[in-house]
Amino acid sequence: MIDGIPILHVQALGKSVPGPRRLFQGLDLAVAAGELVAVVGESGVGKSTLLNLLAGLDLADEGRIAIDGTDLAALDETARTRLRRERIGFVFQAFHILPYLTLRQNVALPLALVSNDAAAAEARAEAMLDAVGLGGRGMGYARDLSGGELQRVAIARALVHRPALILADEPTGNLDQGTASKVLALFADAVRSHGAAGVMVTHSDACAAIADRVLRLGGDGLRGDGLVVHERG
Amino acid sequence: MNAVEPGLLAGRLALRWLIGGEWRFHPARFALTAVAIAVGVALGFAVHLVNGSALASFDGAMRGVNGAAELSVRASSPLGFDEALYPKVAQTSGVADASPVVSLTAQLGKARITLLGLDVMRAAVVTPALIGIRPRGLGGSNAETAFDEAALFLSHRAMADAGVQVGAQVTVVANGHAVPLRVAGTLAGADDATAIGVMDIAAVQWRFVRLGRIDRIDLALTDRAVAEAALRAALPPTAMLSTPAAQNAQGDALSRAYRVNLDMLALVALLTGGFLVYSAQSLSVVRRQRAFALLRTLGMPRGGVVAAVLAEGLAIGVIGAAAGLAAGYALAWAALRWFGGDLGAGYFRDGGAAHVVFQPVAALGFFALGVLAAGLGSALPGRVAASAAPAAALKNAGDMLDPRQPVAWWPMVVLMVAGVGTAVLPPVAGLPLFGFAGMALMLAGGVVGVPWFARVLLTPLARLPRGPVPALLAVRHLHGAPGAAATALCGIVASTALMIAMATMVTSFRGAVADWLGDVLGADLYARTTAGASFDPATRARLARTPGIASMDFSRQLPLTISADRPPLSLIARPLRDGRDPLPAVMARGPVLPAGDVAVWVSEPAQRIYGWKPGDRIVLPIAAGTRFTVAGVWRDYGRQAGAVVIDDRVYQHLTGDDGRDQVAAMLKPGTDATGTGRALIAALPPALRAQTELTQPAILRQFALTLFDRSFAVTYLLEAIAILVGLAGVAATVSAQTIAREREFGMLRHLGVTRGQLLAMLGIEGAIVGLTGALAGIGLGLMLAQVLIQVINPQSFHWTMTTRIPLGTLLGVALALIGAAAATALVAGRRATAKSAIQSVREDW
Repeated sequence: MIDGIPILHVQALGKSVPGPRRLFQGLDLAVAAGELVAVVGESGVGKSTLLNLLAGLDLADEGRIAIDGTDLAALDETARTRLRRERIGFVFQAFHILPYLTLRQNVALPLALVSNDAAAAEARAEAMLDAVGLGGRGMGYARDLSGGELQRVAIARALVHRPALILADEPTGNLDQGTASKVLALFADAVRSHGAAGVMVTHSDACAAIADRVLRLGGDGLRGDGLVVHERG
Repeated sequence: MNAVEPGLLAGRLALRWLIGGEWRFHPARFALTAVAIAVGVALGFAVHLVNGSALASFDGAMRGVNGAAELSVRASSPLGFDEALYPKVAQTSGVADASPVVSLTAQLGKARITLLGLDVMRAAVVTPALIGIRPRGLGGSNAETAFDEAALFLSHRAMADAGVQVGAQVTVVANGHAVPLRVAGTLAGADDATAIGVMDIAAVQWRFVRLGRIDRIDLALTDRAVAEAALRAALPPTAMLSTPAAQNAQGDALSRAYRVNLDMLALVALLTGGFLVYSAQSLSVVRRQRAFALLRTLGMPRGGVVAAVLAEGLAIGVIGAAAGLAAGYALAWAALRWFGGDLGAGYFRDGGAAHVVFQPVAALGFFALGVLAAGLGSALPGRVAASAAPAAALKNAGDMLDPRQPVAWWPMVVLMVAGVGTAVLPPVAGLPLFGFAGMALMLAGGVVGVPWFARVLLTPLARLPRGPVPALLAVRHLHGAPGAAATALCGIVASTALMIAMATMVTSFRGAVADWLGDVLGADLYARTTAGASFDPATRARLARTPGIASMDFSRQLPLTISADRPPLSLIARPLRDGRDPLPAVMARGPVLPAGDVAVWVSEPAQRIYGWKPGDRIVLPIAAGTRFTVAGVWRDYGRQAGAVVIDDRVYQHLTGDDGRDQVAAMLKPGTDATGTGRALIAALPPALRAQTELTQPAILRQFALTLFDRSFAVTYLLEAIAILVGLAGVAATVSAQTIAREREFGMLRHLGVTRGQLLAMLGIEGAIVGLTGALAGIGLGLMLAQVLIQVINPQSFHWTMTTRIPLGTLLGVALALIGAAAATALVAGRRATAKSAIQSVREDW
């Protein structure tokens, strides 16, 4: 939190999708700096949609989303893009490591979007690769790595520009159980140590257990107070 | 367009990595597209350079003959004008000095030259470049030699063409007379492209029997405006004022339409190259959909994606255009060296040997066109890439098609209607610019309509309930994603359409010319004189008595200048048989002529150039005070500058010219044409035999058609290259699309579809794509052919014709397209299905 204000503050969020189908209504959520929240639910309840709303890639029908005090609804697309560039990091299920860039360049990509200083960007990227246990492999390419290693590169990329908020969409969806555990632990540790607010969607309760709080989107998805909140002691 | 966002500038490092990485991993794609642009720029630049160099050489030759006088009084026809006009002109206000000139077309051995008779005293003041120089050491002075009736001064080109040196004894044939002369010196001031000879004017008039006639008066002026005004009022119809600019315009006008048409055709390859860039960039965008979605999610603005694709396109354009300019220069050099500035069309016969003249402005223009083609080809794919929703694109890579989605037809209709409306607008400065613009709009409409056309074509097949699995899958895939077929086909549809349009126009034109030749070549034997010779009345009577001759029609054909800045038309004096319909291929007739009017028949080009209609009274510069009325219009494919036919007896009465230079002979039944021909030559005076050419209609017809084919040879070559570029685009695109569907094939093989069935499916898809392209290209081409036939040809060359469709070419093109698309799909399919099914469905890049 900064001066008592959560990094991510969601109030009375509502969203429908074509069908029409109401995904959620009256959803409230607050995530503090250094806190990792997991959002669980079955396929189709709207977990990824929630993530897209939090990232500013989609607009809610009702409610308010604020990141570091900035209301997303008050921003136009250009401003939301800038916010994503500067304040949000992403980890995806499918890793999305570009095969024709070096690992170092992949990690440095968020920095390359805001600065022309390639040397500084790559130096920072190399430090992040080191932090995730892939030090010295910056000049390699995606084809050289396993799935777990690719996701570690993705985690490094999500943190390289010191974002306030990190969003992860099924970060272990493509990994075996053993690798998934290690990646999750790394991810959770990185979020907490960098002081970012983290929101992770997953269909796996086992994966969600590593989070500080677990929120469940109900089957009917209609009411925010249908959430079952499970807090880690 | 919005101002550049700060994010776009700040993100240029990311853009550099993105573009650089793509080029490193897919260099062949960029190389292919750059080559396509290079080919287009090379062809366009080469054709432009060749035309420009040939025209410069032609202009140089004309300048050489004209001696660069400020202003001239010129005869309207080779009959010249009365030399009594000379003192009147010389004493006109504003005229400082006047140099009389006799100008004859002459033969010197195998060389054709212009023989000028000059008053050396006057020419030394007015046109000093035409004064001959006598080499030292040959005895006598320059002045003495200049007045020598046997002295001939030749330009360097004339000497080279004739293979003679100073001091040689030569025979010059002009105006039907062969005269022995001595090469006395050179014309040092003459242009290198000019083949001229200069003699004393009195000697020319006397020895070549042109007494009392001159052809030109070159003027030096004190006050141009005063001189022009006074002369215009005083000149008879047989003479007109002319400037060097008008002379250039005259030469320029004859070939301008041909050069512009050829330039347009040469740009077809560039257009096809632009489409190839579009296809390649479209595929690249689809393939990088998730990469772009990732960048958009990470915070790259939409404009960054557009900038990335556009920057790639511009880089392709710069590299391709630069290579194209170099290749174009080399092509032009080779073409001039081996084919001459003519390129087969015959417009620059009278010019000198052309050398490549680099044109910096044209180079810049073609460079810009190459970059523009590549940029435009990338702009739309860039916009498509930027408009995709990042979240959805990240989740669902590859096909997100909805077969229920209708395909818009209205852009095609709007463009086609706009194209037709534009095409029918009148010419601009005699050029069919709106016609070309209309064709471009119709072409764009046709290409834009390919997805709709593919959907319409495939809907009946897609509704079939059953059939072989490969065929079902192929039809369903293409029916659901007609845009994919369109991406592969846009370039080839454009080049095929233009090729079919040209082929249809040329087939129609050639057929019309062949039919017309059949109509006008009705006699059994034809003869004509050269080097100004003619058949006098006595010779004509002797020829008519040759055994085997049933009848003979003698005619006179000479160039007649109606307007100083337009090429001269042909005046044809021939027997019109007391007003009975004299001409084959009559297109229109006028009303009955008023008494006292002289009937003339104008050709279709003359009608279009000068706006003459049946019943109009016109002025011809052969007889003042004579009322010439257009009695009708006839079809003539032989004389692009126009022709006017007049009764030969009336012509002789008006001009006093009793010579004839052409004859058409009908033979008695059973008479051998070759033997009679020999007898005709034997009946000629000995001096005339060497200056008479005899031929039979079949040979004339073959010669004419050979000339026709030669003049279009370059056109065929340009079209073939455009087709090859288009086919390369189809091959590359179909191949890339097939390889991109690897996971789909893996899934199908999981379901039990065999590799053989997959390959059959791809072969059928390729064939359908090829068939769609062929039908679209042929249909569009036939429509464009109508613009060529009904608008561009008449506005450019003043000819009309009926449409004939080259069925063989259509079938060949269709088969080639179907074969190429099917073959490349199969080859790519073998590679795409080579992996195991399990590997193919892995969720990776």
